[in-house]
Amino acid sequence: MGKNNVSLRGKNILGLESFSPEEISLVLETAQEMKNIIHRDIKKVPTLRGKSVVNLFYEPSTRTRTSFELAGKYLGADVINMTASTSSVVKGESLRDTLLTIEAMGVDAIIMRHKAEGAAEYATKVVEPVILNAGDGAHAHPTQGLLDLFTIMQYKKKFQGLKAVILGDVLHSRVARSDIWGMRKMGMEVHLAGPKTLMPRFLFEEPGIYIHDRIEEALENADVINCLRIQLERQKAGLFPSTREYARIFGLNDARLALAKKDVLVMHPGPMNKGLEISPYVAYGAHSAIQEQVQNGVAIRMALLILVLTGGKNIEANS
Amino acid sequence: MKQILKGGRVINPANHFDEICDVLIEDGKISRIGCDIEDAGADIIDVSNKIVTPGLIDMHVHFREPGQEAKEDFISGSCAAAAGGYTTVAAMPNTTPVVDTAAIVRSLQRRAEECSCVHIEIIGALTKGQKGEELAEVGDMTEAGAVAFSDDGHFVKKAKVLLNGFDYLRTFDKVIINHDEEPSLVEDGLMNEGHKSAMLGMKGRPTVAEDIAVARDIMLAEYADARVHVAHISSAKAVDIVRQAKKRGVRVTAEATPQHLTLTDECVNLYDTSTKINPPLRAQRDVDALLAGIKDGTIDAIATDHSPHAEEEKDKEYCYAPSGFPGLETALGVLLTELYHTGKLTIQEIISKMTYEPAKILGLEAGSLEAGKAADITVIDPELTWTVDEKDFYTRGTHSPFVGRIFKGKAIITMVDGEVVMKDGKIIC
Ligand SMILES: [Zn+2]
Repeated sequence: MGKNNVSLRGKNILGLESFSPEEISLVLETAQEMKNIIHRDIKKVPTLRGKSVVNLFYEPSTRTRTSFELAGKYLGADVINMTASTSSVVKGESLRDTLLTIEAMGVDAIIMRHKAEGAAEYATKVVEPVILNAGDGAHAHPTQGLLDLFTIMQYKKKFQGLKAVILGDVLHSRVARSDIWGMRKMGMEVHLAGPKTLMPRFLFEEPGIYIHDRIEEALENADVINCLRIQLERQKAGLFPSTREYARIFGLNDARLALAKKDVLVMHPGPMNKGLEISPYVAYGAHSAIQEQVQNGVAIRMALLILVLTGGKNIEANS
Repeated sequence: MKQILKGGRVINPANHFDEICDVLIEDGKISRIGCDIEDAGADIIDVSNKIVTPGLIDMHVHFREPGQEAKEDFISGSCAAAAGGYTTVAAMPNTTPVVDTAAIVRSLQRRAEECSCVHIEIIGALTKGQKGEELAEVGDMTEAGAVAFSDDGHFVKKAKVLLNGFDYLRTFDKVIINHDEEPSLVEDGLMNEGHKSAMLGMKGRPTVAEDIAVARDIMLAEYADARVHVAHISSAKAVDIVRQAKKRGVRVTAEATPQHLTLTDECVNLYDTSTKINPPLRAQRDVDALLAGIKDGTIDAIATDHSPHAEEEKDKEYCYAPSGFPGLETALGVLLTELYHTGKLTIQEIISKMTYEPAKILGLEAGSLEAGKAADITVIDPELTWTVDEKDFYTRGTHSPFVGRIFKGKAIITMVDGEVVMKDGKIIC
């Protein structure tokens, strides 16, 4: 492991903006080994035995939390779940105090989900244990970004020159931001499309990003499509008139999918609103990698835990 | 008691005076400005190679009294003012309770009398509770001595309420100071809407929110033939809207802060809440436009918007931290370092916008060095190099984006009514 002396040992995983392409490759290679472990009958390896990891979730998220929990447990770590409702935190204990308390219990890593952009980075300024960002507001969701890359690599065997399209609510999406960083670092072209009300206004200033008003235009010759989840409250906030109209004009359906390359890969970070941003036929169709993404998520999170806590050496030393 | 400030470069923007000379101070008043003043009975303060200016005036501070003393009070605030070279500040009314009656104005004046080492002028609320619905008793507050009216911190949402304010205040000839950001465009916004906010995923506060607010307020003031002052202007378009209005003869004035004049949204990051201010730090093109506005007189004053908060309030996730940081003790250092020593502004321009101009807007006696006037004087060492250290602050506020910066230029003497209240950074009163 650790080609070119790349090591992630002790690195806080905050966002993909701070990753080099070599570091991303290391994570993906390690994730492949992890995936082999997941496919075994007995999935446990003791690499992280004696390590303790806290899942500190300020926002409800069954998927990501469970994925991290399984990842830790497959590797033999002790995983403790702590969920706090954001409202009680605003009134009560500060994030600083919560973090200090967790640190005092002697944990090795804190996995954090928070509605505030920068909460994970703030945590790194307060406590010593490694911080893994499991989503901070609309800023970043690096493990999702990495599992998306892992999924693309699995199907496409390369990144360079691929055309990726991200559809929907880019404005509020930490997934989109992590994808954008990860995909660009790996040499992909990133196209964004959806209603203008859901697009960050000044993102076009970023090199390697193309923004389209019509999704048909973006989908032409696409290699990869990531269809983002549309939160229903965006409609209530007036950002689009109705779910019906959204589905009709911006939803990913068979007709639109036909505009992309024949071997296009369809991804979705879940949970899906089938019939809104994505039609059921596309979601369960031949191009969909959506189920595979879920398994890849566990592999990526295993890889990250190993890499940041041990450096990735001798993964199965004690098995 | 007599004192002579000897051999300094005396700059008095009121009469474009700029000469090396002496200032004789007698019984708290300036008695003479001239060359080689001799007086056997006077204490001599050698200020050669220093700049002697009217005491600095900050027309926009938040001293948090009454009710928010964990953030600041008149003692800590006035010490911070004196440390920064200010002899007069005007305190905003967004306190708990809001300063919206003559009784509160008077009680604050008594407080200032008792415990402040600088002059604290009181700005009253324009509307009751700063709720933007009914006019506060601005007539009574004027008689009690309030110098201006403002719902600062809030935009006056209802155009009719502001128009009423303009009309009603004609009787008292007081200016309305407005915080201009259209609320529906900035709700929950954390930073300037731009490339940086797009990349960070932080909710933006677009410049257009300020532009349309400034435009509306100017149109209303123009219609009412009333005076309006734009607080902490930050957007390039807003500066131009003020410029065009002035050309038409509208009685509009504007202030800019040292932070908006020198920092951009590029310095915002995800964990340092010191950069969280309203209106937010903007883009370089806005900073350039503000400087041009200072140069051509579109922007009249430089004010700090000194907004201290308690340490534990600012030590939070970015979105939960309150907006604002303390600016009194860094303003002069920022301005001299970034704008004077770089040749972007002259020393006369900077001093004028920190003394004479704000005094004119608020109708204060202060802001000018003249025989017979109170000896409110600031002595500046333009070459003094110093490092901003939070531990040296007199303000209770923390989290300034200037902490750690090395500045060139600092006030070394602050004199209020002939009494030296600050010398070499130390408060002595
Ligand atoms: Zn203010």
